[in-house]
Amino acid sequence: MSNQNQTEKRAIDLVNASLKKRYAKERRFRHVGQAAVIMGLLFVSFLFISIIGNGYTAFEHTFVRLNIEFSEQEIDPEGKRDPQALSTANYAGLVKAAMRAEFPDVKARKDKRALYKLISSGASLALREMVLANPEIIGTKKEVWLVADDDIDMLIKGHIDRNVPESDRRVSDKVIGWVEQFESKGAVEKQFNTTFFTNGDSREPELAGIGGAVMGSLYMLLVTLALSFPIGVAAAVYLEEFAPQNRWTDLIEVNINNLAAVPSIVFGLLGLAMFINFFGLPRSAPLVGGLVLTLMTLPTIIIASRAALKSVPPSIREAALGIGASKMQMVFNHVLPLAMPGMLTGTIIGMAQALGESAPLLMIGMVAFIVDIPGGPFDPATVLPVQVYLWADSPERAFVERTSAAIMVLLGFLFIMNFLAIILRRRFERRW
Amino acid sequence: MDTATAVDEMGGDMSQTVATEGAFDHEKASQAFVGKVGEIAVDNPRMTARKVNVYYGEKHAIQDVNLDIGKNEVISMIGPSGCGKSTFLRCLNRMNDTIDICRVAGEIKLDGQDVYDKKLDVVPLRAQVGMVFQKPNPFPKSIYDNIAYGPKIHGLVSNKADLDEVVESSLRRAGLWSEVKDYLDQPGTGLSGGQQQRLCIARTIAVSPEVILMDEPCSALDPIATAKIEELIDELRENYTIAIVTHSMQQAARVSQRTAYFHLGKLIEVGNTDDIFTNPSHKLTEDYITGRFG
Repeated sequence: MSNQNQTEKRAIDLVNASLKKRYAKERRFRHVGQAAVIMGLLFVSFLFISIIGNGYTAFEHTFVRLNIEFSEQEIDPEGKRDPQALSTANYAGLVKAAMRAEFPDVKARKDKRALYKLISSGASLALREMVLANPEIIGTKKEVWLVADDDIDMLIKGHIDRNVPESDRRVSDKVIGWVEQFESKGAVEKQFNTTFFTNGDSREPELAGIGGAVMGSLYMLLVTLALSFPIGVAAAVYLEEFAPQNRWTDLIEVNINNLAAVPSIVFGLLGLAMFINFFGLPRSAPLVGGLVLTLMTLPTIIIASRAALKSVPPSIREAALGIGASKMQMVFNHVLPLAMPGMLTGTIIGMAQALGESAPLLMIGMVAFIVDIPGGPFDPATVLPVQVYLWADSPERAFVERTSAAIMVLLGFLFIMNFLAIILRRRFERRW
Repeated sequence: MDTATAVDEMGGDMSQTVATEGAFDHEKASQAFVGKVGEIAVDNPRMTARKVNVYYGEKHAIQDVNLDIGKNEVISMIGPSGCGKSTFLRCLNRMNDTIDICRVAGEIKLDGQDVYDKKLDVVPLRAQVGMVFQKPNPFPKSIYDNIAYGPKIHGLVSNKADLDEVVESSLRRAGLWSEVKDYLDQPGTGLSGGQQQRLCIARTIAVSPEVILMDEPCSALDPIATAKIEELIDELRENYTIAIVTHSMQQAARVSQRTAYFHLGKLIEVGNTDDIFTNPSHKLTEDYITGRFG
């Protein structure tokens, strides 16, 4: 009896002795884990801070107030108010006249040209819109806020340092003097940059926007979704529920898993060779982009859908078969609805992948400089990540902030999509 | 397949039992009694099984089972785990078709029609031979939809009123109506275990089957829920033929008229429940029902 007691005591002593070591191990493991998480968060916050810090200014743009005289002589000398004539009138001349009136001392031709450059070339378009919308302003004088040139915008936002020597600066002392004159009159103001969201690409940063890229991405994703979701789900259902288990289906499974790991640019090459060169589909079209990205996202969707089908408990299948449902009825009435949230999650994640993809699209010509906003999947277009790539390549300082702003918009869309996937997963998780 | 591997594969516990008892060799005994399994045939059978052999890949799960299931009788199948009673039950409505490696040989007839006929459609077969599973498995849908699904896919009803009637009568017969009649739109998965199992029984009888197979329907339930289901089985006997697999010998004694004892994939003994439990003619049966093993 006493002997037994002794051995028991010794056992617990051993346990106690080892406890310290065990807890130390657990603590170490926890610290390592926490350090990893903190590191990850640091990187992510660094990314966000740098992007947002660079990009938030792009959502505002500098506007200059000018006293524009909508002279009848200049716009509509015949006085017929013919829309054709109105739309081809020399509105740039109105801007120039207003500038000359603002700075009567500027006489030299070279200086005048520099003066006119203060206002963006897009300002004349804004004036034309105003006149076309309301021809009655012809003959009146009006104060109008016009888009400033990107250099002026940069100067106002402080991206161009006024203290560096003139020869190292993009803006001359003279121009700074004119801008300061405007500033002293309160005729310079930063306003919300709607152009950035509504316009297509442009050589002039102040006129460039992501409207075209967003529409291009939208059309492309629609094509991708319309093709990859039904095909992916059908393939998953067939492989998981109906296909016999043999060497062929094993081979197919291995290949699907391999396809998921193929570099996306390879799909771009395939798309170029097949859809554009062989089938003769148009270059730079969202349709082709969608087809290529369908190839790319299919494996993701198939794998996720098969996992979702597999996770439906066999008891549900047996229940359906047990009351005499055919295999088809079992799959479509019971298994598929239960697997649908998982399939949708996989699809959304696949779509998010497709939205962020740029490499394969370079191969099929979606990297072209396209000013028009696409009106359909056949129109030439570019997409958000490619727009980021294009702007990141541009030398103008104003494109730097626009690049970051475009990235912010892209991240916003990705965030929404992933959030949707999480909600779906939470909402429909394990209903049996 | 030789004896040793058969014992090994059929269940490790069994070989241990054999080893510890030593003096009595179950395997030999079961072979010695082949042909003396009792009255396998009944006067008016609904289902007949002759020389049924089932293989899971290499494993010979059921060997030469002959058994009749009579009209309006409750037959219970008992035996230790892995003895093949569930496998045999699942042969009767071809639920084993869903297992790829499973192969069935022999002849099983429902009202004289071979159910393993290549031309036979399993859909009407399963409508005739319904099944209730071990774990309650209601669809993750409303109580109403759970019952209505079968009649709908089989086209048993033509309008909503008929369907309502089928749902109500099925739930009434399963003794669940008074408990759920105000919650028909609630999910069936929200019911208690016993209620879920009765819902599954109601779902099965909503298709008006002729035979109901029950695979340990009470194993996941408490005694009160079990008593309710046993009562229900007794009432259902009037209209249906019921084959029930159970691990509870008391349950077999309470609900069934005939009892079949399975051991290592063989049908050892079958007979009137009273005879089996009071006067088993086979040593294996006696050992099992007296609790000496299994």
